[in-house]
Amino acid sequence: MTTLLSHARHRVRTAQLGLAGPAAALVLVWLVFQSLNPAFLSADNLVNLTQQSAVLGVLALGVVIVLHVGQLDLSVGALSGLAAAVTAVASVQWGWSQWIAVLAAIAVGVVAGLVYGLIHARLGVPAFVFTLAGLLLLMGLQLRVLGPTGSVNVPFETWLVDLSQRAFLAPAVSWAIVAVVVAAFAGTRWYDRARRVRLDLPVEPLGLLLGRVVLLAGILAGVVAYLGTNRGVGVPFAALVGLVALTDVALRRTRWGRAIRAVGGDADAARKAGVPVRRVLVSAFVLSSTMAALGGVLATGRLAAANQGTGDVDLTLTAIAAAVIGGTSLFGGRGSAWSALLGVLIVQSIATGVLLVGGDFSVRLIVTGLVFAGAIGLDALARRARSG
Amino acid sequence: MSAPVLSLRGIVKSYGAARALDGVDLELRSHEVLAVIGDSGAGKSTLVGVISGNQRPDAGEIAVGGRAVTLASPAVARQHGIASVFQDLALAPNLDVVENLFLGAELTRGSFLDEVSMEKQAWELLGQLSVRVPSVRVPVGALSAAQRQAVAIARALLGEPRVIVLDEPTSALGTRQTAQFLTLLERLRERGHGVVVTSHSLVDMHAVADRIVVLRLGRVNGEFDAALATQEELLAAVTGVGAPRRGEERGGGAR
Repeated sequence: MTTLLSHARHRVRTAQLGLAGPAAALVLVWLVFQSLNPAFLSADNLVNLTQQSAVLGVLALGVVIVLHVGQLDLSVGALSGLAAAVTAVASVQWGWSQWIAVLAAIAVGVVAGLVYGLIHARLGVPAFVFTLAGLLLLMGLQLRVLGPTGSVNVPFETWLVDLSQRAFLAPAVSWAIVAVVVAAFAGTRWYDRARRVRLDLPVEPLGLLLGRVVLLAGILAGVVAYLGTNRGVGVPFAALVGLVALTDVALRRTRWGRAIRAVGGDADAARKAGVPVRRVLVSAFVLSSTMAALGGVLATGRLAAANQGTGDVDLTLTAIAAAVIGGTSLFGGRGSAWSALLGVLIVQSIATGVLLVGGDFSVRLIVTGLVFAGAIGLDALARRARSG
Repeated sequence: MSAPVLSLRGIVKSYGAARALDGVDLELRSHEVLAVIGDSGAGKSTLVGVISGNQRPDAGEIAVGGRAVTLASPAVARQHGIASVFQDLALAPNLDVVENLFLGAELTRGSFLDEVSMEKQAWELLGQLSVRVPSVRVPVGALSAAQRQAVAIARALLGEPRVIVLDEPTSALGTRQTAQFLTLLERLRERGHGVVVTSHSLVDMHAVADRIVVLRLGRVNGEFDAALATQEELLAAVTGVGAPRRGEERGGGAR
């Protein structure tokens, strides 16, 4: 127990916090805004918060993946804007079925990711350089697709708008998902532990395992119950959480995820160990760009429109800020899919909180910038502690 | 004598105008530690690069177990049973010991990683090599230089390779750690691997190797039986001063 404590203290001192850091930051942000305005933690406001987090969250998740290989994609916002334009224009003006329009928009993301990935893997140019070129190109394409009016409205009675704005999980469905997730988590943990016991490997204390299960069950049940007093869990937010969970499993428990982290840690070492580095890099960019396009599709539904302002530069910056604030390192190889969710919740909490206490956009930008700077500082400190 | 497990014929490798390797022949048997020594720039690293699949030779033939192979990448070399421990160790600092050991060759159950089996094998392997690490779940970046090297060597052993290549393994080690490492080398020989090890330390290699090949300016400048060669002979071959090339003695001595 004392070793556990001293271990924890060492991690805090050297800023190697994992997800505990951003989780604590989220709680802190909530407490601050709640003390300034008691409406902040109301179920109504939290439902709005989750609804507003879906688009940015999907973008941030893509950023997290690219950050894992030590790169930065500065065009995720612009790509989401182009995807939004394609979705709206193809389904409204070109008369395509909305499904096809959405698939086309996502295909745009796949292609952009392939191009980025190949450029990076073949030429070795840092991504933040050529994605800057991509940013201009994509913005131009977005304006071209939108045409002279610069804005296209999507009818409210289409499934995409309905899904993005009005679809909530039925309480029974929410609870069923909670039950399945908790059971699956407990089951795999228990099974792994039993195998470790059989093979005489060190195991975590049973109490700790139980604690983790109870914590997970508590968080999920709390969220579902509290949001359930209002409109419940929105489908886009549930989809975001599901996507984050899937990405987390892929990053931690598959060979692909291991390769991603190895390439981010030391690409040359990974190559010498037999990791197909180029393919891994391309896959990271394709996934990230696909998620950016998916974010654009969701944004179209949420606004019931696509215009020139969809996917502005500040969306890119906020998505990157969210990923880093959530605890994914700018230096590659370290982080978690969950940092996308935590980071977006922090950034969106600041956004709605500032509004609630009467601040304007300038205040929001300043506060977010300060928090981002703090996260970068902690990231750099943790890195120094590891190498020193 | 048994057939060579690895043989190189006429290997040439140039960087621009500079010839790093200029027609190198080499043979390695199992249960043998072959030391490649030479001055800086003699071509040791390039030779290791060629054998490990990290660099493609411009000319020459490589055979593993008598079969001609093309070592297009470290991964391909591994498939042919040649595992390498690079001078920079090629470990990802952010991954833990188990993750590094199995990097690129992970064990899976279905589509998921089998962490439990990998961890079990990791402990066994490190135990066999008498390597001590605080935990197999600490990031490799947090280990000492000697521990990191032991991890790299353990990783090379994972696929039970026929040939293990070690590039300048003692350069980052202190005296005591070097002694430990030399014991480790003997353990590798007992396990039946053919070991190629490069070094600029004549003393270390003299102590542990069965055979010593001296490289000078990209050519083999002498091949010695470690038990018979004197320090003076080796030094002369390394520096190119004096002593004749073995095997050319009958032909009339020094070049």
